[in-house]
Amino acid sequence: MIRFVLVRLFRALITILAVVTFAFVVLRMSGDPAQVMLGPDVPQDSVDAFRKAWGLDQPLWIQYIAYLKSIFTGDFGVSMRDKASALRLVMERVPATLQLTVPALILKLVIGIPAGVYAALHRQSFADRGVILLAILGFTIPSFVMGLVLVLIFSVMLGLLPSGGQDTWMHGVLPTITMSIGGIGILARFSRSAMIEVMGQPYIRTASAKGLKWSDVVWSHALPNAAVPIVTIVGFMVGSLIAGAVVVESIFSWPGIGRLLVVSVSNRDLAVVQCILLIIAATMVVSNLVVDLLYGWLDPRLRSHTGH
Amino acid sequence: MANVELGEARTVRMANGRTSRLPQTVPPLVFLGILWLLTMVVVAAFADHIRPYNITAMDLTSRLSAPGSTKHWLGTDELGRDVLSRLIQSIRLSLIIAFGATLLSAVCGTLLGFAAARFRGAVEHVVLVLADFQAALPFLIMSLAVLAFFGSSMVLLVCLMGFYGWERYARIARGLAIAAGAQGYAAAVVQLGATPTRVYLRHILPNVASTLIVSMTLTFPEIILMEGGLSFLGLGVQPPETSLGNMVGFGREYLTRAPWVMLAPATVIMLTTLSISLAGDWLRDKLDPTVS
Repeated sequence: MIRFVLVRLFRALITILAVVTFAFVVLRMSGDPAQVMLGPDVPQDSVDAFRKAWGLDQPLWIQYIAYLKSIFTGDFGVSMRDKASALRLVMERVPATLQLTVPALILKLVIGIPAGVYAALHRQSFADRGVILLAILGFTIPSFVMGLVLVLIFSVMLGLLPSGGQDTWMHGVLPTITMSIGGIGILARFSRSAMIEVMGQPYIRTASAKGLKWSDVVWSHALPNAAVPIVTIVGFMVGSLIAGAVVVESIFSWPGIGRLLVVSVSNRDLAVVQCILLIIAATMVVSNLVVDLLYGWLDPRLRSHTGH
Repeated sequence: MANVELGEARTVRMANGRTSRLPQTVPPLVFLGILWLLTMVVVAAFADHIRPYNITAMDLTSRLSAPGSTKHWLGTDELGRDVLSRLIQSIRLSLIIAFGATLLSAVCGTLLGFAAARFRGAVEHVVLVLADFQAALPFLIMSLAVLAFFGSSMVLLVCLMGFYGWERYARIARGLAIAAGAQGYAAAVVQLGATPTRVYLRHILPNVASTLIVSMTLTFPEIILMEGGLSFLGLGVQPPETSLGNMVGFGREYLTRAPWVMLAPATVIMLTTLSISLAGDWLRDKLDPTVS
């Protein structure tokens, strides 16, 4: 078990390092930030001064080492645009993003899993077919289409809800719904198939054969086993709490991390983009790690296959 | 993840597992889906002959005209360009990107997965770390960074999309190849003196192909959506070329005055991905050797 944990931890660290390197190389090579920030008609002197001030005149690998060093001391650099700390700029946006993604996650869990389990327990029924169809619809419709269609219906045609901004809780309704629909579909489908698989196992037959109440069979024999695969998907959803809102925030002009990222990428605001990439990757890696460990705990068979 | 994805594929098959030995009946929804997909392929193939106007031809006297007129069946956009013509061209471009990218990611992912299964040890760890990296950095975020780097070009977009989902094939191919290695037939041909390449391509690949094809039906619509999302954000296909996501993105500006500019491509996206899902599920039933 200790080896299992250590291998997982090591791989998580390597992954984060890979992401840092990727972010650094790609973004630092992406054209000349000095030109982008200062515009084309600036005298060479000020371009040079700008480069010197930001360390852009150093060879790339020195910039990389310096970058790594600053990351480990918790310094993510300063936004080139308004000279504020990149980390602070990003952190300011986190609550806005979480305001959308956390309620969306709750909706996904509360609607998706019960719907899937119910469908699995009533196979081939009308409800089952309905759940499958809605689930497929839910995750095949892309969020940018779903969001715009919801805006068209509820804002333009009915005038019930605002189409963008972040002033009242009403502004959060459409983005939250847009964001949760796909996940509800995925979870419903996933829990349904996990549950059906479990219900076909011999130990379920044994449990019912020895006369257990049906609800006991479902609650204490089927659900815990079906939970193993579902946990993976939920872990992935938790991991993308910060990253999952890029498109939806752009549709609804929601001032979260996603919009900050899109704006920063087009401005080539390197420090901010790197900071966001790193935070997103770290969230994903940590939640993957937790899922892996949880997995090992839920399903003891996996512990023996170290690292795979 | 690999186990789970495999597990899901298997259980869904069981879930829909009608015991059908011969493909007697195609469910009506699936039939409609396949019909729609065939239509899309035909439209994409003959786009140049079908579309009534050039996609950049402007008709400034009838800008944002509503659908239904004999001149412009699906109306026009803000520059008076025919929505139907642009839609046809978009279908072509989106399908080309998705086809190219799906093939690319299936081939690369499968090869990497086989390499991991063949060599184990260090190679396997590198592949798994790469897969972890891909899983840690959401694809959209990575694409945003890369596209900002190179600017958007058609070739780059296909290559970038070709990265999408490779780790899924790699994990599946690796898992299946390791499992196949433990079975008699692979060991038998190795004993007969077959080279590893031959064992993997002639013996193991055909045996795992159905699962990989099923993954392709999962990846394909996801790539369409991913390209759509990128183009929607203005970072995918660039004007004057047009793709489905790109049309939705521009149509968004005219949501109140001319919703058809956005609704036409949105409907096509929904119907296409929906059809692929339905047909894919059905195909999964047919290709699954365990359902007899």
